Amino acid sequence: MSENPPPNGAEPDEAALAGQERLNEQVVRTGMFGTQTTGDTSGYGGLQVRRPPPPFTPRPYGSYFDEIADALSTRLEAEGSGFDEAVERVIVDRGELTLHVRREHLVTVARQLRDEPSLAFELCGGVSGVHYLADVGRELHAVYHLVSITHNRRLRLEVSVPDADPHVPSLVSVYPTCNWHERETWDFFGIVFDGHPGLTRIEMPDDWKGHPQRKDYPLGGIPVEYRGATVPPPDERRSYS
Amino acid sequence: MTTQAGGTGGPAAEGTEGTEGRVYNVAGGDWDEVVQALQDGADPEDTEHLVVNMGPQHPSTHGVLRLVLTLNGETVTELRPVIGYLHTGIEKSMEFRTWTQGVTFCTRADYLSPIFNETVYCLAVEKLLGVEAEIPERASILRVMMMELNRIASHMTAIGTFGLELGATTVFLYAVRERERILDLFELITGLRMNHAYVRPGGVSQDLPRGALDAIREFLGRMPHQLAELRSLMDANPLYLGRTKNVAYLDLAGCMALGVTGPLLRGTGLPWDLRKSQPYCGYETYDFEVPTQGTCDAYGRYLVRMAECDESLKIIEQASDRLAGPRPEHDPVMISDPKIGWPAKLALGGDGLGNSPDHIAHIMGQSMEALIHHFKLVTEGFRVPVGQVYTAVESPRGELGCHAVSDGGTRPYRAHFRDPSFTNLQAVAAMAEGGMIADVIPAVASIDPVMGGVDR
Repeated sequence: MSENPPPNGAEPDEAALAGQERLNEQVVRTGMFGTQTTGDTSGYGGLQVRRPPPPFTPRPYGSYFDEIADALSTRLEAEGSGFDEAVERVIVDRGELTLHVRREHLVTVARQLRDEPSLAFELCGGVSGVHYLADVGRELHAVYHLVSITHNRRLRLEVSVPDADPHVPSLVSVYPTCNWHERETWDFFGIVFDGHPGLTRIEMPDDWKGHPQRKDYPLGGIPVEYRGATVPPPDERRSYS
Repeated sequence: MTTQAGGTGGPAAEGTEGTEGRVYNVAGGDWDEVVQALQDGADPEDTEHLVVNMGPQHPSTHGVLRLVLTLNGETVTELRPVIGYLHTGIEKSMEFRTWTQGVTFCTRADYLSPIFNETVYCLAVEKLLGVEAEIPERASILRVMMMELNRIASHMTAIGTFGLELGATTVFLYAVRERERILDLFELITGLRMNHAYVRPGGVSQDLPRGALDAIREFLGRMPHQLAELRSLMDANPLYLGRTKNVAYLDLAGCMALGVTGPLLRGTGLPWDLRKSQPYCGYETYDFEVPTQGTCDAYGRYLVRMAECDESLKIIEQASDRLAGPRPEHDPVMISDPKIGWPAKLALGGDGLGNSPDHIAHIMGQSMEALIHHFKLVTEGFRVPVGQVYTAVESPRGELGCHAVSDGGTRPYRAHFRDPSFTNLQAVAAMAEGGMIADVIPAVASIDPVMGGVDR
C-alpha cells in the first residue's frame, strides 16, 4: 500500500489511482502455466502478474463499525495522534471489523479502546501470529481479537511488521491476559514484544532453535511405510494450493 | 537460603552458593541431612524459602502441568506455571492438510471437549466460505445436541477430578460413570469415544443411527437423578465446603484483566455466555438460563458447573424433540453444495462399515459430475476465498475462539485456537499466591485446565 491511503470517498479518479497503486506492487508471477523454458507456446510469456494491493474498506463501514471508528477517532484526536495516523487501514470483511494499526500507536489505540466508555473493549482474546511469507516488508502480523462485554461487540486489531525488524510493543500493560499469548507468539513466530515482563519461550523447550510456526520452518516428518508402499511425510505430499 | 525439592545438582546436603544465598537440592531420602546442614549453617532468618517443583507428572495437576512453587512455611509466595509438555503442533499440522482434514487435528486439542473444537473450526471455515446460511437445520440441531452432551461430560470430569484431588474418590467414580454414559452415546452416534471428527465443514459427518434418540431419551431420564445424587455428596459436605469456600478468589476485575471466561467468570456474577450474547448454531431458539454465582471462589465455580449441567439437559431435550419430530422429505445433515459438502456416505454392510452402496452406484453408474466432485473433494479438497475470520463458541471452559486465515488455497494458511484453558491458567498465580499450599490444588481444579487445549 502506498504511504497515503486514498481518502475515503470524494476522490475523482479513484480507478486510475487504484490502477497506479497496482502497478507499484511487486511482480509475483510471470508468464503462464509456470513454465520457465520454451515449453510455453500460449503467447502469454510476457505476462506479469502483480500482487494485488492490500484492500481497504471506505466509509461507511456499516453495522456498529462506524460508531467504533468515530469514538476511537475522537479519543485519538484528544490524545494528539489522529485516527489516520494511528490506523493504517480499515477492512470490513465477512461482518468483522479489522483495524490495521501502526505499531508505534498500538498501545495508545488499545488503551483508548479499553478505557473509553462508548468503546469499552474490556476483554482481549489474546494474540494470534500469522506469517505472510509473500507479503514482503510486512511478513509478520500480530492479530488481537477484542471483545466488549458492555456493548456486545467484537473488533480485530492487526499489526504488521517486517521480518527484519520484528518488534511490536507489548500490550501486557493494557491487557495482562496478553502475557502468555505474547510469549506464545514470540515462541512460534519470533515476534519480539517490547516491554513484555518476561518474554521467554512457553510451548517449546527453552533451548529450541527457530520459531516453528513460521512458514519457512519445515513441518518435518518421516516417510511412513505400510504394506510395502511408502507414503512421504505430509509436507512433501502433493499440494494443490 | 533456598531449598529446592526435586532439583538436579550435586550432593544434596553439601549445598552450593547461588545468587540468592546457599542453595540445597533435595533429591529424596536426604531430608535429615539437609535439615542438619541448615541448622549447622547460616542465619535462621534466611532459611525460610522452599522451592517445590510440582509436576509435570503429579496426579492433581490435570495432566502434564508443572507448577514451580516458592513456599514460606505453608504459604505460597510465588507460583509459576510451566506449560508446553503436551505441545504437539496441531496448528502447524493443520496447515499441511485440507480444510476438511483439519477437523481430525483440532478435535484432539482439548480432548475433553472435542465437539467444541470441531464446531468452532467448522464455523470458521463456513464463515470464510460464506455459506453459514446454507448449513442444514438438522446439522445445526445435531451440533447443538452433541455440544451440550459434551459439556456435561466435560463438567463431569471437572467435578469428578476436583473431588478426587480433594480426597473424595466416590465423587470421582460417580461423575466418571456418568461421563462414560455420554461417551457411549458418542460412540453410538459418531463411532468413536473421542477424536470424533463428527462435525465437518458444511454439516456433520452422519445422521443419527437407529436407536440413538431412544438412548438419548433414556439418558435424559436418568441424568437428573444422577446429578442430584452427585450434589447430595458435595453441596453441603463440610469437608468440601472447607476446602473450596473462599478459596482461589478471583473477582470480576481480575477475570477481565486476565481474559478469564467461562464458569470462572460466571462465578463472579457476570452472566456472560456466548450462547446467549452472540448465539451460533441456532442457540437463540432454545430455552435455557445462564447460571451465575457471586462468590468468586472455587465453590461458586462448582455450583455454576452443576447448574450448567441441568441447563444442558434442557437443551438436549429440546434438540432431541426437534430431531424426533416429523421429518421433511429432503432433510440432509450436510450442505447440499456439491463443491463443498463431503460426498461419501457411510453405511453398515455385511462386511462392516464402508461407503454406502447407493453412493457408489450413483457415482459409478449415474452421474459423471458426482464422480468428479467426489474425486476432487477427497483428493484436493475445496478452495476457500482469501481472508481471515474469528469465530467463538462457549466451551465448557470459556470462550473457545478460532482464528482461521485462508490464502485462497485448499489448506488452512493459519488456524489458531484461542483456548480457554490456556488463557484461564494464567490466573492460577493470582488465585494461589499468598494462600496456603493446600489451596493450590482447588485453585487449579476450579480452573479445570485441559493440557491438550493449553499446549495444542
